[in-house]
Amino acid sequence: MKIHQLSVFLENKPGRLGEPCQALADAGVTILTLSLAETNQFGILRLIVPDSEKGKAVLEQAGCVVNVTEVVATSVANRPGGLADILQVIEDAGINVEYMYAFSVRRQDRAVLVFRFDDPDAAIALLQAKGFHVVEPVQLLDQATE
Amino acid sequence: MARTNPAATAPAASAADYLPPDALRRLQLERLQRIVRRAWDRVDLFRTRMEARGLTPEAVGSLPDLAALPFTVKTDLRDTYPFGLFASPMSEVVRLHASSGTTGKPIVVAYTQGDLDVWTEAMVRTLAACGCHKGDVIQNAYGYGLFTGGLGAHYGAEALGATVIPTSGGQTDRQLMVLKDFGVTAICSTPSYFLHLMERAREMGIDLADLPLRVGIFGAEPWTDAMRIRIEAEGGIKAYDIYGLSEITGPGVASACAQQEGLHLFEDLFYPEIIDPETGHVVPEGQEGELVLTTLCKWAMPMIRYRTRDITSFITEPCGCGRTIRRIRRIARRTDDMFIVRGVNVFPSQVEAAILTVEGTLPHYQILLEQREGLDQMEVQIEVTRDVFSDKIRAMEDLQRNLAHALHSSIGIRAAVRLVEPHAIERSMGKARRVIDRRPQ
Repeated sequence: MKIHQLSVFLENKPGRLGEPCQALADAGVTILTLSLAETNQFGILRLIVPDSEKGKAVLEQAGCVVNVTEVVATSVANRPGGLADILQVIEDAGINVEYMYAFSVRRQDRAVLVFRFDDPDAAIALLQAKGFHVVEPVQLLDQATE
Repeated sequence: MARTNPAATAPAASAADYLPPDALRRLQLERLQRIVRRAWDRVDLFRTRMEARGLTPEAVGSLPDLAALPFTVKTDLRDTYPFGLFASPMSEVVRLHASSGTTGKPIVVAYTQGDLDVWTEAMVRTLAACGCHKGDVIQNAYGYGLFTGGLGAHYGAEALGATVIPTSGGQTDRQLMVLKDFGVTAICSTPSYFLHLMERAREMGIDLADLPLRVGIFGAEPWTDAMRIRIEAEGGIKAYDIYGLSEITGPGVASACAQQEGLHLFEDLFYPEIIDPETGHVVPEGQEGELVLTTLCKWAMPMIRYRTRDITSFITEPCGCGRTIRRIRRIARRTDDMFIVRGVNVFPSQVEAAILTVEGTLPHYQILLEQREGLDQMEVQIEVTRDVFSDKIRAMEDLQRNLAHALHSSIGIRAAVRLVEPHAIERSMGKARRVIDRRPQ
């Protein structure tokens, strides 16, 4: 149920973002989702790839320091209010969201929301109980690729 | 203010600068024998080392005999922290100061009232050598507190008969207000801080050359002749180099004179030797080596053959000023990895201790020194390892903040912390290059 997202530490300098992405490309690893959180001096690049173990190995080989974080992906209808509805549920249950990012999948008219929760297991139980669709890692691959 | 003849107003203390050489040597030997006896009677570490060499205080029959005695080194002060080298009971110690140690703990130095009087005398002679006299208005921008600079210069200036303004360090705009409005004729500060003051004065449209300011007494960090010439031209002052170290007393160990070539050591108070740092042997006079100092009149914490780690040489020619106390050349460099930032001594090992406290391990790091608008800036670049890397921005920011805080505690000044990627810091084949100094030399 939980997806293994990779995090990479990057200095906030030109060229630093390109290097890990190029390393993955050279190793034939597809990037399913990508988000970059930045501060003045550094950034954390968060990636979901089909095979997190392989992705981690490729990045470490390239000299990056990599973490693996369990995140939860859900799929909602791609319409106004799709995000608000699910956030309401999470908020009402008092579950803390560390960060999130989202992308649309036009083919199925769905939006995929990726969350880092403080307690991912509790979040998955809640979302499923409320009838939300929690995305399996393999489904994420289907949804993201044509 | 009327200019008075400096010779006519020379303080009585300065007479010792001009002792005939044989009188000087007799005085030094007498004082040396007395202080060696005192250290033998009261300082365990010294006595143990003497006994290990089969020596007693009687071994010092002449000044060259000093060369047979054991050295004292900075780690001795660390190992006996805080009071292990004291020769006086605490009831007689009227002042404690502290200075940078090589690890997290500072080194502690102590003074009896007599020691303070000697220190003050040395500072009076320093100020007089720098062309100051009774009636001068002296602004003291050396830091007041545990560091010896502020209070040392302060008591010296008061004893000289000057009007003293204890501004301490920082608050540049206020320093300039004082400089401009209080009729200041002499200023004490680090040379880089004075450069900063000049810069700010320029911005504010104040022409320092127009003010009654005549003299700058600059120490606590190395600076070049080129810097001196620049300060003198722009500031309209004479800029003098002074030398000292807390372990010996503080500022007042040596000073430039009107000739501004080398620094006169107050050797009737602080007996100098220059040794080969590898072999420990005294080198022929004039040859370069490590300066070793023995405090001839320090009661609370006598230092016998203290290795300063500063590299210099004696200037053998007599000085045009007439002083018989010998000169040393401007300090060329050090034998250890200590560097100086804004007048404060810093050891890479202190940086390491701080990182270890926060992370538990020591990643690759590097210290970058730059100068911006005359002020030294220190940045510590630390590689992020798997152990400390978190997916949360907040956690990484906390790490950065904790490192900065630990560094500040360890070294006493604010240094920037920059988290960098693995391998961002160049690996070296031999000894790690911990410090990259990009400041103008």
